Amino acid sequence: MNDGPGMSLIVRMVSRWLLGFVFVYGLGVALFGHLTPGGGFVGGVVVACALVMSILAFGGKQGPGAFLARAVTTLDAAGALMFLALALFGYVAGCFFTNWIARGEPATFGSTWFVILMNVAILVKVGAGAFAGFLAIVAFGHILDAEEGRP
Amino acid sequence: MEPTFYGLLVFLIIGSIVALEMKDILSSVIAVGVVGLALSILFLLLGAPDIAITQVVVEIIVVTVLIRAAARSGRVEMTRRPDLVSTVLGLILVLCFCGFALAALETLRPFGGARPLVGHWYLVNAEAGTGCANAVMAILLDFRGYDTLGEATVILTAILGAVVLLRPKAREEEAEPAVVPGVPAEVAHE
Repeated sequence: MNDGPGMSLIVRMVSRWLLGFVFVYGLGVALFGHLTPGGGFVGGVVVACALVMSILAFGGKQGPGAFLARAVTTLDAAGALMFLALALFGYVAGCFFTNWIARGEPATFGSTWFVILMNVAILVKVGAGAFAGFLAIVAFGHILDAEEGRP
Repeated sequence: MEPTFYGLLVFLIIGSIVALEMKDILSSVIAVGVVGLALSILFLLLGAPDIAITQVVVEIIVVTVLIRAAARSGRVEMTRRPDLVSTVLGLILVLCFCGFALAALETLRPFGGARPLVGHWYLVNAEAGTGCANAVMAILLDFRGYDTLGEATVILTAILGAVVLLRPKAREEEAEPAVVPGVPAEVAHE
């Protein structure tokens, strides 16, 4: 049943249907982290789970996982730097880590853009980081070996 | 809640012992996954949905990675003879730990009871001070932003280190025999 890269046809079909949902769920958990349980870390790990599923199902050459695999370390660093930049911009309002962006109505989505942006930074950072960890531990040896014909 | 809670606690302990004592590494990894999922239900029962979600999600990705790694390394049999000295030492350590833990638990406040001063201030001022309806996120990303920055740095360093050490190029360098100048590679390899 192992025709082509990745897993069997059934697994690839089911992952194709599920991938988008898992991805959007991760984004939603991260974006609404300031209102509901969840947040950037959890959302990032869910997004990383979607990418891991893509890599496991489609192999290392197709799918969103393979597309993002080349940029993981860059994204990881970009997320961390975005977090640091948001903290540094606090100096605009006086000191490090000040909640400096204007706030909206309480308990609505736009109630605090600062925390939303922080969550997005952590989402990028943790998503790329967890995915990079998976790639380092599993995929670099396993999938790349298989594609280059090594045993 | 009480019987479910204590039942899950006992289940956690049994699952951990199973994970430790399994001879087959794949079964061991699956036992670890079961323990993690039970732990997330415990967090939910204790009223910490944020931690429960984190636990469940991290457990899923860790078990996926471990199963993939275990499947790659084939069937690894763990053969370890029980050693009398280490067993006795381990038992003494467990007893010491339990004694200290009991002594420490008596000084704790009752669960869900009066909060320490700082924690209470955070809870009262979370919404007004940051605009976050979720108090956990208010503390993580606003009041205690420094802690989160440190955490992010730790993850970044750990991941970059893992990627640098485990990337295919590093493995190839390690796998290739050292080339001695002036000697053909086959000869040097023999």
